[in-house]
Amino acid sequence: MAKVHVTATLNGNAVEFLCETRQTLLQILRDELHLTGTKEGCGTGDCGACSVTVDGRLMCSCLILGAEMQGKSIQTIEGMADGEKLHPLQRKFLEHAALQCGVCTPGVLVAAKSLLERNPDPTEEEVRYWLAGNLCRCTGYNKIIEAVLDAASEMRRA
Amino acid sequence: MASVIVHPEKELKVVGTSPLRPDGVPKVTGLAQYGADFSLPGMLWGKILRSPHAHARIRSVDTSKAQALPGVKAVMTSKDLPDQKFEYVGPERVAVNFWHMTRNIMAREKVLYEGHAVAAVAATTPAIAEEALKLIEVDYEVLPHVIDVDEAMKTEAPLLFEDMITRGIDPPPKEPSNISKRIEYKMGDIAAGFAAADEIVELSFKTKPVHQGYIEPHATLARTDADGQVELWVSSQGHFVVRTMVCRLLGIKTADLRVHAAEIGGAFGGKTVVYVEPVAVTLSRKSGHPVKIMMSREEVFRGTGPTSGASMTIKIGVMKDGDIVAADALMKYQAGAFPTSPVMNGLMCGFAPYDIPNVRTIGYDVVCNRPKTVAYRAPGSPISAYAVESTMDAAAKKIGMDPLQFRLKNIAKPGTQLVYGAKIAHEGFAETLQALQRHPGYTKPLGKNQGRGMAVGYWFNGGGESSATVHVNEDGTAVVATGSPDIGGSRASTAQMAAETLGIEYERVRPIIADTNSVGYTQATGGSRVTYATGRAVIGACNKVIAEMCARAAKIWKIDVEDVIWEDGFARPAGKRAGEFPPLSFKDIASKRTATGGPIVAASAINADGQGPGFAAQFCDVEVDPETGQVKILRYVAAQDAGRAVHPKYVEGQIQGGVVQGIGWALNEEYIYDRNGKLENPGFLDYRIPVASDLPMIETIIVEVPNPNHPYGVKGVAEANIVPPMAAIANAIENAIGQRLTELPMSPPKVLAALDAEHRG
Repeated sequence: MAKVHVTATLNGNAVEFLCETRQTLLQILRDELHLTGTKEGCGTGDCGACSVTVDGRLMCSCLILGAEMQGKSIQTIEGMADGEKLHPLQRKFLEHAALQCGVCTPGVLVAAKSLLERNPDPTEEEVRYWLAGNLCRCTGYNKIIEAVLDAASEMRRA
Repeated sequence: MASVIVHPEKELKVVGTSPLRPDGVPKVTGLAQYGADFSLPGMLWGKILRSPHAHARIRSVDTSKAQALPGVKAVMTSKDLPDQKFEYVGPERVAVNFWHMTRNIMAREKVLYEGHAVAAVAATTPAIAEEALKLIEVDYEVLPHVIDVDEAMKTEAPLLFEDMITRGIDPPPKEPSNISKRIEYKMGDIAAGFAAADEIVELSFKTKPVHQGYIEPHATLARTDADGQVELWVSSQGHFVVRTMVCRLLGIKTADLRVHAAEIGGAFGGKTVVYVEPVAVTLSRKSGHPVKIMMSREEVFRGTGPTSGASMTIKIGVMKDGDIVAADALMKYQAGAFPTSPVMNGLMCGFAPYDIPNVRTIGYDVVCNRPKTVAYRAPGSPISAYAVESTMDAAAKKIGMDPLQFRLKNIAKPGTQLVYGAKIAHEGFAETLQALQRHPGYTKPLGKNQGRGMAVGYWFNGGGESSATVHVNEDGTAVVATGSPDIGGSRASTAQMAAETLGIEYERVRPIIADTNSVGYTQATGGSRVTYATGRAVIGACNKVIAEMCARAAKIWKIDVEDVIWEDGFARPAGKRAGEFPPLSFKDIASKRTATGGPIVAASAINADGQGPGFAAQFCDVEVDPETGQVKILRYVAAQDAGRAVHPKYVEGQIQGGVVQGIGWALNEEYIYDRNGKLENPGFLDYRIPVASDLPMIETIIVEVPNPNHPYGVKGVAEANIVPPMAAIANAIENAIGQRLTELPMSPPKVLAALDAEHRG
């Protein structure tokens, strides 16, 4: 079957790839573009480990097709830090010990960044509901919530 | 977060602080490599065909069409795996039978559960591999199946193994059954104990199997060489365990299999066995290519192990003053499709928090047509604790005593005899309960439809075999290599203990997890053993480094080594030579290694015993919605004895994570089977683990009653925290609605049914 040629923007850089029509964006990112920071936890949109933004909108990359990405701007976890300078959320996750195994962490960070772009001053409840689509089995969410609230507070002061 | 230090000790500089984890940055930037993140040139994709039936005889498997599909490079069935001797090996509590294991990896005579692996293929793309699976023809003779443990024990139940005679009964039964084993522990005279009791409470309970629910599905990458050498990248709690099992299952020489521990995306006991690893190696050998296998989430639910569901009856005899005089338990645990559930642990841990003179616990290990159970955080203990701690609560209520005071009155202390032969050898249980009792929330008034419940939990904790190697570098940094895969931050605690012992900064220690050919044998990360046992190996190796450092200083100063001491990271002349030379730092000596004898390296290996047990005490407040039956957790307070919290934030994280898994177990999680024995909810949408919006903050109280057998007082902390929640929540619901729920999960339909019963009553 002929592959589809796609031109898009990935973490601010022009990217092009060939994809089978059945390949998800998650498969393209991981298997074709070798960006394995975006994780597969379920492949059915239930766990949020594969969260990315497409044109600024938070999505599960396992639920979209690579072929749909023509002309789109995709942001993944690999684009979050500015060179060696970590994003405040990344730093706060480390300071608060908000990760244990860390496999949900890329998706949680992408989702949390998306929240703070919309709502720079969320309540604990708003953070909990926004992140309800990102499963974490290790932490019980405590330190994730604390890290997001702390990062938001620091970013507001900046 | 509160912290209670019972026996303060000498000032420590690094242990007891919460520095950033050494492996943290790659985990927040997406660069950390987990099981599915490795690839090799020429790599193939492996996929596994699974049984659609809960129980069936395999008449034949025809793989010829799959083999002929372009792009398919290898196909395998159980015929490609050598058969194994039927024998149980290893300690009884965790005995392994490779005859069973090879059949679980790939079915031979029969499939025993829906999702049981039957064949596998390796192809150039995942799509071709999936296409090939559809071309494999399996002729099944479908058999009657059994899912429930009580049903499986009936004489008319369909048999999974037609020749299975129950072990542990003398004389052995004549007829085969699904009961793999009977175990009994007893002490004292329970008949006399119950005869003397003022009150007797007896209750029966049922629990459902629940999955560990790690977010990372099983994944592996294998490469093989024509000379027989094999390399594996695994997401496992124990890469040495993987080596042992794969070598045995495939007949590989141990030194020829090098296993690398990838970052591991959660496990909780579920990654202590092998599923995809021997399959990937076999496909790689047959094809001559590296092979990667990743399970889908659906495969994880259908094909990997949950912990047991159980059916239990608990009977407790108490005096009016609160003394427990007798306790009796019957526990039937599902093992899944092959023997060995954690029922022994359940029998041992259930009454372990208490000093009771007359105790009996009887258990059955029962096979049924579900995936083989695997360890899940404190395996076996949360199940029995749900039943025991619910019954304890009912007993306290019957004699009109505060449930926490009731437990405190009967709490086990050093010297308390336990039913399974051991004696409690450590303090900490009473101190932990008292810390919980002091929490201001414990006496706070409750509102309408609200209730408060508490429970305690016991776990053995682990010691065992661990190895560590310390390499000192010329710039005064040190690399600490261990064989313990890091799941929850153990590289941080490893580096802290090394820095504390050596007297150097935390940032100068680089902890790594070495592959199986690069460090000594180390048991799996499990049983809350790593910070204790691997920690002792690390400290042992660091002490050897210090001895070497002192010898090098003596050489530099041309004095006797007996006249050198090590203090806060410096070698100093001492005794009759005190003050003769300026002290030499760790870095000074490291930089002079070439002139003083060459590389400074030390290894230490131990088989550690003397671990302190895990003990947790928790209370929670719930609100029951009378319209929907939904239970909301309003407050959760969890106290636990850490011995000494090396990294308090990660100790809190262990407590919070364990509690929340317990909340899911209590309220939501269960496997739902249809009439044909097919799992109806093999995904996170319908197998609902707790999400952020379900929960309040989990308040932790770290109690520190040091373990004298560890240089820094460590007791393992990863598991005891999941033991109390199911009972604590059941007790809180009972307190709120006046009805005791004796079946898990306590989901809205069950709570509503209980509320209806109350209204009818």
